[in-house]
Amino acid sequence: MRLRTLIRIVQLGIKSLLLHKMRSGLTMLGIIFGVCSVIAMLAIGEGASYEAQEAIKKLGSSNIILRSVSPPAEKSAGAATQDYVNDYGLLYLDANSIRETIPGVQWVVPMRIIRQEVRFNTMVFPVQVIGTHPLYPVVSSLRTSAGRFLTYMDERNRNNVCVLTTSLAENLFPYQDPLEETVVMDGESFRVVGLVQETGLEKQRPQSGDSEGKTIDANVYVPLATAKARFGETIVSRSAGSYQAEKVELHQITVQFESPEAVEIAVPQIKTLLAKNHTKPDYEVIVPLELLQQAEQTKRIFNIVLGSIAAISLVVGGIGIMNIMLATVTERTREIGIRRALGAKKQDIITQFLVETVVLSVGGGLIGVFAGVVIPIIVSALADMKTIVTPISVIIAFGISGAVGVVFGIYPASKAADLDPIEALRHE
Amino acid sequence: MATTDIIRIENLVKTYRMGDVDVHALNGVDLTIEKGSYVAIMGASGSGKSTMLNILGCLDRPTSGKYYLGGEDVSTMDDDALSAFRGRQLGFVFQSYNLIQQLTVIENIFVPLFYQGQDLSERNEHCGKLAKLVGLEDRLDHRPKQLSGGQQQRVAIARSLVNDPLLILADEPTGNLDSKTGIEILDLFDRLNAEGKTLVLVTHGDEVAERAQRVVRMRDGKIESDVRKRAPVRAGQESDIQTTA
Repeated sequence: MRLRTLIRIVQLGIKSLLLHKMRSGLTMLGIIFGVCSVIAMLAIGEGASYEAQEAIKKLGSSNIILRSVSPPAEKSAGAATQDYVNDYGLLYLDANSIRETIPGVQWVVPMRIIRQEVRFNTMVFPVQVIGTHPLYPVVSSLRTSAGRFLTYMDERNRNNVCVLTTSLAENLFPYQDPLEETVVMDGESFRVVGLVQETGLEKQRPQSGDSEGKTIDANVYVPLATAKARFGETIVSRSAGSYQAEKVELHQITVQFESPEAVEIAVPQIKTLLAKNHTKPDYEVIVPLELLQQAEQTKRIFNIVLGSIAAISLVVGGIGIMNIMLATVTERTREIGIRRALGAKKQDIITQFLVETVVLSVGGGLIGVFAGVVIPIIVSALADMKTIVTPISVIIAFGISGAVGVVFGIYPASKAADLDPIEALRHE
Repeated sequence: MATTDIIRIENLVKTYRMGDVDVHALNGVDLTIEKGSYVAIMGASGSGKSTMLNILGCLDRPTSGKYYLGGEDVSTMDDDALSAFRGRQLGFVFQSYNLIQQLTVIENIFVPLFYQGQDLSERNEHCGKLAKLVGLEDRLDHRPKQLSGGQQQRVAIARSLVNDPLLILADEPTGNLDSKTGIEILDLFDRLNAEGKTLVLVTHGDEVAERAQRVVRMRDGKIESDVRKRAPVRAGQESDIQTTA
C-alpha cells in the first residue's frame, strides 16, 4: 500500500473518531491509564531501587562490614543493674585474625565510635569521635578536602591529632582556618590536621550502637591508638538518675577484598571465625554484595508484578476498544455497504477499521506516555522522591498499546468486512 | 455480441433458500441493453426487480446463467474482482442518497476513485467539474447533513459519474424527494442520457418510467414486458460532459 493512501486512511480514521469525540475519548481512557500507570509506576520503582542500590554500592561491593550490636537481653539486664558494665562487640582479636587467616583480604580497617563534646574557645558541639586507621578513606566514601588524613605515624605515636568533617569545621571555626588550630575533647587537646567530606548517604555513616541511636553529622576522626589511650575502653552515659556503661573494643570493622568474587568465598569463613571468638550474637555481618543482589531480586519481582498489572490494564483497555469498535461497525453498517458498492474490497474495509482502532489505541498510548512522563516529575517535585523514566518502559508501553489496537481491532474489522454489501446497504 | 451492447444477460437464475423452500427470485431472465439506453425496470415488490438490480450492480452473483457487462463475464468473478469491477465500471444512485456523513461533498464524489488508489489532490479538478455539473460547485466543503435531500442526491449523481462508468444504476432515485425536486433530478438524468450515458433505473413510479427510452416490467422473476419507445442515444452524440480521466 502506498504511503499516501495510508496517510489518507489515517486522516479518515481520525475524522470518523472525531465525529464522536466523547466516545472516542472515553474509549481511549483505558489505554491512557494502562500506559500511564506502566511508565509512572516503573519510573517510581526504578527511582526507589536506584537510591537503595546506590547506597549499597557506596558501601562497596568488595567490602564486608562487621558491626557491633548490643545484644538485646544484656541491654535490659544492664538497665536493671545500676553498676553493670555492658561488655560486648567486636574485638581487636577479630580484626587481627581476619587479617591473618582469611584469603583475599586487602585491608582491614577497625573503628571505634565515642560520643564526646568538642570545644574550641567558647564553642561546644556534641560529636562522634571516630578512632580509626589511616586507611579508612580508602574503604569508605570519605574525601579529604583540606590538609591530610591520619597517618601511620600518628597511629604509632598516639598523636593528639584529629580530622574534622567540613560541616563541623564550619560551625566550630566560623572565622578562621581550622587547620593547625587546637580543639579540646574530654580535657585533651587535639591538633586539627585535615578536613574531610562525607560523600556517602546518611544511612551509611558510622553509628554507635548505643541506646540513643541518634546520628550525629559532626564527626572527629582520631587515630585508633590515640582514642584507646585518651578515652579508654569503657564509655559511660548517664540518663534519668541511673548510668550505663558500655565496654566495646571496636564498633566496626571494614574488610576490603581484592574482588567481589573473593567476598562470596570469605563470607562463611568470616562468620565461622567470629562465631569462634564470640559467645553471644553481639555483632552483625553486612555484605553489600548480597544486599545488592537482594535489591536486584526485589526489583525483578517488583517489575514482574508491575508488568502483570500493566498487561491486565492494557488488555482491559483493549477489550473496551474492541467493544466500542463492534458498536461502531454496527452503527456504520450503511457506510460499509456504500463503500463496498463503490468499489472497496474486503481488505479495504479491514484496513479502514483496523487503522481506526490503532489510531484510537496509539492516540491513547501517546497521551498515556505523556502523562506517564509528567506524573513522575510531579511526584519527584512534591514527594521529594527520585524517579527515573527509562526509555525502555516508554517504548514497551507504547509498543504494547499499538499491538493492543491491532489485536483487538482485527475482530471488529473482519466483522465489518464480512458484511454482505446488499444487507449493509439496506441497513437503517 | 455487438460492440454497443453494454449488458447481455442469458438465462439468469437466482435462487434463495428460505428454510426448506427454494425461492426463485429470478427465473430465467434474458436481457440486452445497448450503450446509451435509458431503461426503467418496473414491477411490484417480490417481482424480482431488486434482485435484478443487485445482480446488475455486481453486488450479488447469479445462481446460474451468464451476465456480461461491457464484454466481461461478471457471473464468475470472485468478491475482490467484483469489488474492483464495481469501482471501475459502475455508478450507483440510491433512494436514500447514501453519502458518507463524515466526508465533505468533494470527498464523497471522490470515494470510488479512492478505492482505485487515486489521490484526491490529483483529481480535485475532475471532482470539482462534476460538482459544477450537478450545480453544487459552491458547496464543495459542506457535509451531507448541511444539504437538502435534492442536493444530496445531486452529490450522489456526481459520485456515480466520477469513474466514467459503463452504466449508472439508480434505485428509486426520487423516492425520498418531493415531486418538484424529483423532477429536477429526473431532468438531470435526462441530460446525462442525452449526452450518451447508459442509465438503468428501478422504480415503481410511472412518471419516472415515462421519461425512459425503454421500460422493462418484471413479474414473478421473469420479464413480463419490454417496451422500447425510441432508439437509444447514439454513441456519436456524446458529449460535452467531461467524465473521462
